Amino acid sequence: MSAPLNYLSAAGARAQAVLPLTWFLLIVATASCLLFAYAILAALLRRRPPTEDPRAIVRGGNGVHIINLSLIATAIPLAIALVWTMVAIADTGLPPITRSLVLDITPHQWWWEVRYEGPRPSDSFLTANEIHIPVGVPVLVKLHGADVIHSFWIPQLSGKTDSIPGQINKSWMRADKPGRYRGACAEFCGAQHARMGFEVVAEPMAAFARWRQRQLQTAPPPASDLQAKGLAVVQYRCALCHSVRGTDAGSNAGPDLTHLMSRATIAATLLPNNRGALAGWVQSPQGVKPGALMPDQHLSADELNAVTAYLETLR
Amino acid sequence: MTAPILRTPQIGDDNPILRARLHAIWETAPGWRGFLSSVDHKEIGLRYIVTAFILLACGGIEALIMRLQLAGPERRLLSPEQYNQLFSTHGMTMIFLYAAPVLSGFSNYLWPLLLGARDMAFPRLNALSYWLYLASALFLYGGFLAGAGPNDGWFNYVPYALTDYNPGYNQDVYALGMILLGASTSVGAANFIVTAMKMRAPGMSVNRIPIMVWGTLTASAANLLVVPSVSLAFFLLWLDRRFGTHFFGGMGDGQPLLWQHLFWLFGHPWVYAVVLPAMGMVSDGLPVFCRRPLVGYTLVALGTVATMILGFGVWVHHMFATGLPALSLAFFSGASFAITFPSMIALVAWVATIWLGRPVITTAFLFFASTILLFVIGGVSGIMTASVPVDLQLTDTYFIVAHLHYTLIGINLFPVVGATFFWFPKMTGRLMDERLGRWTFWIMFAGFNIAFLPMHLTGLLGMPRRIYTYPAHMGWDTLNLVTTLGSFILASGVLLFFINVARSWRGGAEAGPDPWGGPTLEWAVPSPPPPYNFAVIPTIASRHPLWEEALDEERARSSLTRGMMLDEGKETIATTPMDAEPERLVKMPGDSYAPFALTLASLLLTVSLLFQQRVAGTIALAAAGAALLFWLWPRRVMLERAEARHD
Repeated sequence: MSAPLNYLSAAGARAQAVLPLTWFLLIVATASCLLFAYAILAALLRRRPPTEDPRAIVRGGNGVHIINLSLIATAIPLAIALVWTMVAIADTGLPPITRSLVLDITPHQWWWEVRYEGPRPSDSFLTANEIHIPVGVPVLVKLHGADVIHSFWIPQLSGKTDSIPGQINKSWMRADKPGRYRGACAEFCGAQHARMGFEVVAEPMAAFARWRQRQLQTAPPPASDLQAKGLAVVQYRCALCHSVRGTDAGSNAGPDLTHLMSRATIAATLLPNNRGALAGWVQSPQGVKPGALMPDQHLSADELNAVTAYLETLR
Repeated sequence: MTAPILRTPQIGDDNPILRARLHAIWETAPGWRGFLSSVDHKEIGLRYIVTAFILLACGGIEALIMRLQLAGPERRLLSPEQYNQLFSTHGMTMIFLYAAPVLSGFSNYLWPLLLGARDMAFPRLNALSYWLYLASALFLYGGFLAGAGPNDGWFNYVPYALTDYNPGYNQDVYALGMILLGASTSVGAANFIVTAMKMRAPGMSVNRIPIMVWGTLTASAANLLVVPSVSLAFFLLWLDRRFGTHFFGGMGDGQPLLWQHLFWLFGHPWVYAVVLPAMGMVSDGLPVFCRRPLVGYTLVALGTVATMILGFGVWVHHMFATGLPALSLAFFSGASFAITFPSMIALVAWVATIWLGRPVITTAFLFFASTILLFVIGGVSGIMTASVPVDLQLTDTYFIVAHLHYTLIGINLFPVVGATFFWFPKMTGRLMDERLGRWTFWIMFAGFNIAFLPMHLTGLLGMPRRIYTYPAHMGWDTLNLVTTLGSFILASGVLLFFINVARSWRGGAEAGPDPWGGPTLEWAVPSPPPPYNFAVIPTIASRHPLWEEALDEERARSSLTRGMMLDEGKETIATTPMDAEPERLVKMPGDSYAPFALTLASLLLTVSLLFQQRVAGTIALAAAGAALLFWLWPRRVMLERAEARHD
C-alpha cells in the first residue's frame, strides 16, 4: 500500500530522529489501553463471595493504595517520555551548523512559492510547488507569511512549521535518500486547503547542480508561428499574474512559469503535467479547483492550442 | 447587603399540609405564561438538556454529510465552501452548543436536588442563562441556514477570518453569536459558583459534596475566567472586520498569533470544562451500580480541581508549530505531560470502585464503565501530542481528529447518555427501556470505535484535517470508508437513544423515588420532584445520606424528614461555604418575564450589530435597559428586613 504522507517511515535525519520516540509513545499508549481494558474486565468478572442480597451496600476496602500505586507506575513512562522529548527538541530544533542550502518559501492560497538565492543576484530564481534539494545536505527553510496562515509539512523529512504573516519561521530538512517526497499544507487556509500539495525532489548533488543551472536560464524564444502566437496570448493574459523570464510576462502573483514543464505536476500536485491536463487547467481552473485564485480563461480553441504549444517549450 | 434575618426558622416534620402550602408557593403558572416566566431550575434544566440534544442531532447530521463526502476519494457531494461551512458548524455545534450546555442542563436540574436546596442561588439569572443560550443557537443557526455559517473552523484563525479573505457575513455571525453565548455561559457559571458556595443543606461540608458538583464548580470557575476573555477576543475580531482596527491582521497590521493565544487560553480550559462535569457524572453514577462508595473521594475531588489548574498552563500545545521559542515549548510540553496525573486518579478510582464493589449491570453502568476505556484511549493519544517533536507530525492530521472525538464523545457523550438513563427516572418519574438501552449501548459503542479507532491510523498515514476531499492512492480510501460506516452505526445508536427517551417519557415503567438505591439526596424526593424539591430542608451528616445505615461511617445520622420548613413565602436557607452552617434566610424571586425580555433585547441588539443598524441597535439597548430596570426593581416580598420585623 502506498501512503506518501505516512510519517511512520522517515527518509531524512530530522524525521528519523523523532521516530523512535513516536514508537515508544505509541507502544506505551497501546499497552495502557490494553491494560485498562483488561483491568475493567477483570474487575467486572472477578469471583466474589455469594451474598443474600446482591444489591446490598457494602463498604468494602478503602482502595486508595491502588490509586497511589498507579500514580507511581504512571510517573515512570512519563518521566522517560519527558526527558526523551527534551532531547528530541534539542536534536530537531535547529539545523546542524554545517554549510547548508537556504530556501525562502512563501505559501500562498493555494500554492508554494520557492526562492533559491545564490551569491550573486543573477544566481537567484523563483519556482513553485516542486522543491529540489541535494541529498545529504541540510536545507534551512525560511517560511514567509504572505496571505493567511499555512503550514509546511513533508512527513518523511520534517514535521510541520506554520507560515504566519508578519514573521519568518524556520524549518529544516535533510534527505538521506534520493526520491520524491510529498508535502502538504497542514493548516486550514480556505476553500482549496485540500489541494495545496507540493513535492520535494531529493537528488544527488551533481543532478541538483544541473537542475539549478537550468532553472537559471531564461525561456527560449518561440520556434514556430504557433508558439509565437501562444507567447503573445501569454504576454497579454497570463502575464497579469505569472512570470516567464525572458519575455514580457513578469508578475509574481502566481507561480513562475519559466520552467513549467520541468515540474511533474501542475495546480499544486493536483494534476499530472501533460498536454491535456495543462490545457484543461489553463482553460478552466474553477472547474478543477473551485475557488482557486486563477480565473477561467475562456480562450478560443485556436488560442488554447497556441498557449499550450508555447507552454510546452518551457522546459 | 441586607442585614441577617432575625427570624428563627420553624423546625417541623414533613407532612401533606406543609407540602400543599409549599406547592402553592413554588408552583410555576401553567400555560405559555409559565413557560416564558418560569425560574424553576428543573424546568430550565430540562429545557437545556432537550435543546442540547436537538443541537446534538444537528451536529450529528452535519457529520454524516461530511462522512458521505469523505467515504471515498475525489467525491463531489459537497463544494469546498459547503464542506468548510459544515465542518466549522459541526465543531461550533458540538463544542459550544451541545457539549457544554447539556452539562449545564444536568447540573441545573440536579444541583439543588443534590445539595438539598430549593433552587439555584439566582433563579432569574438561571432563566436568563438558558434564554441567551437558545437565542445564540438560533442566531448562529440562522446564519448557517442563510449560507453565512462559520467557515474558518471553531478556532477561527486569523487572517483567514478577516475581511480580506473572508468578506461575507460568516465570521461576523460567528463572532457576535459567540459573544451572546458567552454572556449565557458567564452568568450561568457565576450562578453555579454561588450556589455551590452558599446553597448547600446544613451539614453538607465541602468534603460531602457529590463529585459532579465539584466538576461543575471547577468548570464554572474556569469559565468565569476564560469565557469573558474570549468574548472580548471575538469582539476585537469583529472590530477588525467592521471598523478597521488592527489587532490581528499581520504584515505590520496586528499580530495573528495574538488571536491564537487568546483563543487557546480560553480553548483549552474549555476542553476540560466540557469533560469535568461529565467525569463527575461517572464518579457519582458508577458507584451506585457497584453498590459501594467511590474509591478515593478526596483524591478524585482534588484531581478535578488540579486538572483545571494545570489546564490553564497547557494552551500552547495547540501552537507547537507556530515558531515559538523551543524553551517555551518545552515548558508547555512538560505541563501537558503532568496533566496525566489528575486524570489518572479518576480513571483508577473508577476501576477500583468496580473491582472492590459488586457491579449491577445496567445500561447506565455500561455507559459509565465504557467511559473509562474511551477516556484512556483519548488520554494516551493526548499524551502523545504533549511531546513537541512528535506533535509536529501528529498535529493537524486525523490522529488529532480521532483523539478529540475520543475525549469529547468518550468523556462527554457516553457519560451524558449514561446519566440520562440514570437520572431520567428522577426527571420524569419513569424508567427508560432497559432492553432497548442495551441495544443502544452496544450499537453506539461498536459504531463509535469502528468509526474512530481506525482514524488514528488514517492520521498516522498522514491525512490532514479539514480537507474537503483527497486524492486516491494516499492509503486512506479503505480507512475512510470504514469510518463512514462506523459513523452511521454510531448515529443509529444515538437515534435509538432518542427513540427510547421519547417512548419512555410517556410509557415507561413507574420509577418511584429511588429506583437504583442511590446514596444522595435527589433519591430522597419524589420522581419527578415537586416544585419546592424538599418539604423540609434536610440536615446532612455524611457523604451518603441515604446509605448511612449500611455504611455506618459517622455516628450522627442525616435528618431528611425533619428540618426547617421555611413555608412563609418563597424562601430557602443559605449556609457557610466550608462547613455549611446555616447562615441566613434567603428570599427567592418568583417567576419573571424579565430574563426573557432581556434576552429578546439582546438578540435584537446582536442582529442590529450584525447589520450595523443604529436605530434598531439603540431601540434594543433601551429595551435591554428597561428589562434590567424591571428585573432589579425593588419588591416588597423580597424585602428581608420587613419580614424580620413581623416576628
